[in-house]
Amino acid sequence: MTKTHSDYRLSQLDQLEAESIHIFREVAAEFEKPVLMFSGGKDSIVMLRLAEKAFYPAKIPFPVLQVDTGLDFPEVLETRDRWVNRLGVKLVVASIDDAIANGVVVDDGKTSRNRLQIGTLLNAIEENGFTAAFGGGRRDEEKARAKERVYSHRDEFGQWDPKMQRPELWSLYNGRLHEGEHMRIFPISNWTELDIWDYIGREGIEIPSIYFSHQRRVFERDGMLMTETPLNPLREGEVAAERTVRFRTCGDITLTGCVESTASNIPEIIEEVAAARLTERGATRGDDRFSEAAMEDRKKEGYF
Amino acid sequence: MSTDTTTAGAADVTTGMDLLRFATAGSVDDGKSTLIGRLLFDSKSIFADQLESVEATSSAKGHDYVDLSLLTDGLRSEREQGITIDVAYRYFATPNRKFIIADTPGHVQYTRNMVTGASTADLGLVLVDARNGLTEQSRRHAVLLSLLRVPHLVLCINKMDLVDYSQEVYERIHDEFTQFATKLAIPDLEVIPISALAGDNVVERSTNMDWYSGPTLMHHLEHVHVASDRDLVDVRFPVQYVVRPKSDEHHDYRGYAGQVAGGVLKPGDEVVVLPSGMTSKIAGIDLFDSEVDEAYPPMSVTVRLEDDVDVSRGDMIARVKNAPTPSQDIDAMICWMAPGTLKPRQKLAIKHTTRTGRALVKDIQYRLDVNTLHRDQDTKELGLNEIGRVQLRTTVPLLCDPYSKNRTTGSFILIDEATGVTVAAGMING
Repeated sequence: MTKTHSDYRLSQLDQLEAESIHIFREVAAEFEKPVLMFSGGKDSIVMLRLAEKAFYPAKIPFPVLQVDTGLDFPEVLETRDRWVNRLGVKLVVASIDDAIANGVVVDDGKTSRNRLQIGTLLNAIEENGFTAAFGGGRRDEEKARAKERVYSHRDEFGQWDPKMQRPELWSLYNGRLHEGEHMRIFPISNWTELDIWDYIGREGIEIPSIYFSHQRRVFERDGMLMTETPLNPLREGEVAAERTVRFRTCGDITLTGCVESTASNIPEIIEEVAAARLTERGATRGDDRFSEAAMEDRKKEGYF
Repeated sequence: MSTDTTTAGAADVTTGMDLLRFATAGSVDDGKSTLIGRLLFDSKSIFADQLESVEATSSAKGHDYVDLSLLTDGLRSEREQGITIDVAYRYFATPNRKFIIADTPGHVQYTRNMVTGASTADLGLVLVDARNGLTEQSRRHAVLLSLLRVPHLVLCINKMDLVDYSQEVYERIHDEFTQFATKLAIPDLEVIPISALAGDNVVERSTNMDWYSGPTLMHHLEHVHVASDRDLVDVRFPVQYVVRPKSDEHHDYRGYAGQVAGGVLKPGDEVVVLPSGMTSKIAGIDLFDSEVDEAYPPMSVTVRLEDDVDVSRGDMIARVKNAPTPSQDIDAMICWMAPGTLKPRQKLAIKHTTRTGRALVKDIQYRLDVNTLHRDQDTKELGLNEIGRVQLRTTVPLLCDPYSKNRTTGSFILIDEATGVTVAAGMING
């Protein structure tokens, strides 16, 4: 029996996977020293899974880099360690506390740790001589990210210049660099939040427990539910109470809000995400609320 | 711990879904942003916080209405100037298809951004204003989409509400375009009368145009058949990466990883490795930790061969009696994307599939006027956003096919070696 074109059809999730794997291999083949930026959140875990697939049965041929804000969720760090151990990849930790102690970045008491990540990350990239850094950014997350190329060129200051982006044609990526420059690589650019959840469900991928519904003592700030922790003292008038919540993103514990939810497994999360009326960042990320171009401005400085 | 791992058998919202990539074209005033805004809005892909932010910015700027283009113009400088500078990618989904929109600007720098957006598109959407009919811009965009072999084209005749939903206007533009399109390579054309602002025939069928019996835009986007656009006959497997685990468990493993660019590969197939010309048989095809009995575009797989032949990145695996001829003399159409000019004798870096080398411009045969299709043979230079036919001599043989046969093995980019910038897109003739 002859097969027709329709029999040779890849679902959109398989197409996205194939495209991402292609990007991982391209970078591993063409760059001297790549690294995968790994936060332990859902997007970077999906990235690690894709990297695992791209080189199997060989090990992932580059280390993972985590910027430790000192304000990370303990559940996220535990998941990070389990993944790193299972895959046998090398973990490089760039700590903001160390960066402050060494004078790499300056904590003036006013700058958020989110901003201090930029200098810490750029320093780690420079110190280790990384020439390509994979990031889990998705174009559907934010309007400045919608403009991002898969290969995003950074100058020797780590800056992104959105007006000078290289045209990106077909799947022919241009990885040329000058001394001191590096490339940010976004293999899951074309994935949406829903694709990520579908993939996590399909692949049975382990993610931090905070993504699932749980009891947590939280308080309200700027319309978001924040975790009660000594790292983020209550301000006047704020009252903490136990609520049933889950997280949509994993960032700095002092800036990442959660949503009230009873979704305790992937199908329920998918249902909830599909019906959500707020973007994941708009709903739960304090760092994107500073100004309309908060993300763009941070990215220009070297943020991921 | 039970919540720490995922539940097997999770609901697949998008797992079995199809993917369609499309590029939009048409000048700013033709209502492109409104149309995209409506597609996103009606498919519930605009979130409340995004809409609120757009509403707030619109009213702060003193606009009378909510400016949906603020949704797509993501950069500070774009919002300042009120124009789209660069391609943005947008996403929406219906129950059976996911869509990736390459939203390309209709501004002066149209050509290079159109080429960027259209290079990966299955479908091109050209918008015209019903009051103005075909403009130079709409013709130019159709030419570019045809040059880039975007297999499906939709001409949306917009603002039908402003011409009293006139069938006559629709037919006049329809005929004029069909006439023009006969000169181009457009295998599939659909002409749809719409009003993006009023919502006629975008998602909902219009009650104002009973004379129109074709599909709504959304229906067409959802049902256009793209599976047959790939070449499933000519096996083309550019080797991207050699997988050699060097572990005790997989001591002798040697696999060639890559993304299938054409044809169907099966274990047992006799294959040739180019450019060396060595032959072998496919021993197995691995997709992560399982073997598959077939691989086809655009699958990313790892191929194992029976013999220990020398294969490295940049090589290509093809069928013995159906392989591309390695060539160092390339005849191609190129779109120049850099501020300077391209001149004969210029040397540039070239990237074709997984192969890189250098290319010398031997001759610029003509410059193509994308408005008139006139071939200007007197011009021996190409400026920013210009398209022309060139002859190149490359340092390494390219394992290529005509672009009209295979968009992957028929395309290349040129890179300025001093700046590292991508300066041209190339499509191989043949």
